[in-house]
Amino acid sequence: MKILNNLAKTKFWQSVFRTKLPLSTNLDRSLVIFNSLTLHIHPVKVRLRAIKFSYTFYLGMISFFLFFVLIVTGVLLMLYYQPAIPHAYRNMKDLEYVVSNGSFLRNMHRWSAHLMVISVFLHMLRVFYKGAYKPPREFNWIIGIVLLVSTLLLSYTGYLLPYDQLSYWAVTVGTNIVQYIPVAGKEIRFLLLGGNEIGEYTLVRFYVLHCVVLPLVMILLIAFHFWRIRKDGGLL
Amino acid sequence: MTNEKQFEIEISTDSKEVPQRLAIIPERTPVKYELEKPDEKLVMTFPNLIIREVICFQLVVIVLALISLFFDAPLEELANLQNTPNPAKAPWYFLGLQELLHIFPPVVAGVLIPLLVLIALIVIPYFDINIKRSGLWNDQPKKTFVIFSSSIFLFFLLMIFFDAFSIAIPTLLIYILAVSPYFIKKENVFINALAHLSLAEWIMTWFVFVSVLLIIIGTYFRGPGWNWVWP
Repeated sequence: MKILNNLAKTKFWQSVFRTKLPLSTNLDRSLVIFNSLTLHIHPVKVRLRAIKFSYTFYLGMISFFLFFVLIVTGVLLMLYYQPAIPHAYRNMKDLEYVVSNGSFLRNMHRWSAHLMVISVFLHMLRVFYKGAYKPPREFNWIIGIVLLVSTLLLSYTGYLLPYDQLSYWAVTVGTNIVQYIPVAGKEIRFLLLGGNEIGEYTLVRFYVLHCVVLPLVMILLIAFHFWRIRKDGGLL
Repeated sequence: MTNEKQFEIEISTDSKEVPQRLAIIPERTPVKYELEKPDEKLVMTFPNLIIREVICFQLVVIVLALISLFFDAPLEELANLQNTPNPAKAPWYFLGLQELLHIFPPVVAGVLIPLLVLIALIVIPYFDINIKRSGLWNDQPKKTFVIFSSSIFLFFLLMIFFDAFSIAIPTLLIYILAVSPYFIKKENVFINALAHLSLAEWIMTWFVFVSVLLIIIGTYFRGPGWNWVWP
């Protein structure tokens, strides 16, 4: 504790954290928020009712934390993954038998992905039944819908990456639906698959979508989503 | 409201010449003012909210770690074009869609319905005229009953025509729940709760119920050739 106190007095510490320790008054506590990036997400004071578990079930928060876990485990998985046939599948086997805690890493990524789909959907239901989409929050609801769709797309593009029987045929089923889109269905499918059938280029395309494009979209939209909640007067 | 026009309204901006002022006060407070709750108890974000966020994050990680320790992610053999599994199933969250694909023509199930659902979700905040969420049977219950029942009946017939029993039967169940406050006048907690649901809430409840059911059917009750099997 004494080391910590001394550390807090150093010039370096004070250049990072603007608020002086120890925190004894409500002014200090408000400065913690006021002097940091957190102010863009949280006001200095919040409604007591809005932060109770029974009010929101923390579903938005849980979705975000699952997304965070997905990014961390996803980046780690990228270190062991090659988007090529049959390397992709062998990498899965390596994760299982060669890489330390490889299975754990993959399990973590997969289960949080499934849970995120559920929690984002439940979050939408909570917002709907509480009527929290009402003016002035209409546009944030739309951002939320786009986030739900991106979550589904992220989960779906990730489904192909292990390149086993399960992923191959699941993606076949999905991309077959795409070809029924009127006028440009066949072309869109070709664009997605990088060919007429699932192959090397499909894997690369889904990999890029899964690891670069969709997460970027997601991060930007989440930032906007949070900022809008704050601007529109907090949770409802 | 019969003696409303007993006086004449003279519109003028000159307060000296026309000293009287008329204020029109609506009978009920407009909804948009009613929803604001200014006198609610506030607490400091730090530490009250921040500590909850930290604990929530820790719990999420702990639960995930436990799940990941005990349940392995599925991995089958290498993808093989020659070996088509029967049935080939999409990820679970698209199994409702796959079930629809089995019922309706592909353009309807694969393109039209998802598009309509998406549009319906997006326009919710812009088309919500019932801001106060008054219950379905609050005003003109008889008229509501006739319109509601006939539209559900038409929808039901359409579903039967397509052999879509997995949609028709849950629709009927939701319908029975929705109309029960109209017939049962007895006061109890359950009926009261049902009577309070607005049309929008009934539609959403129906949508969620049907999609969850379709996903469950697609996951556990569909076998080779997409035929019905018991799990």
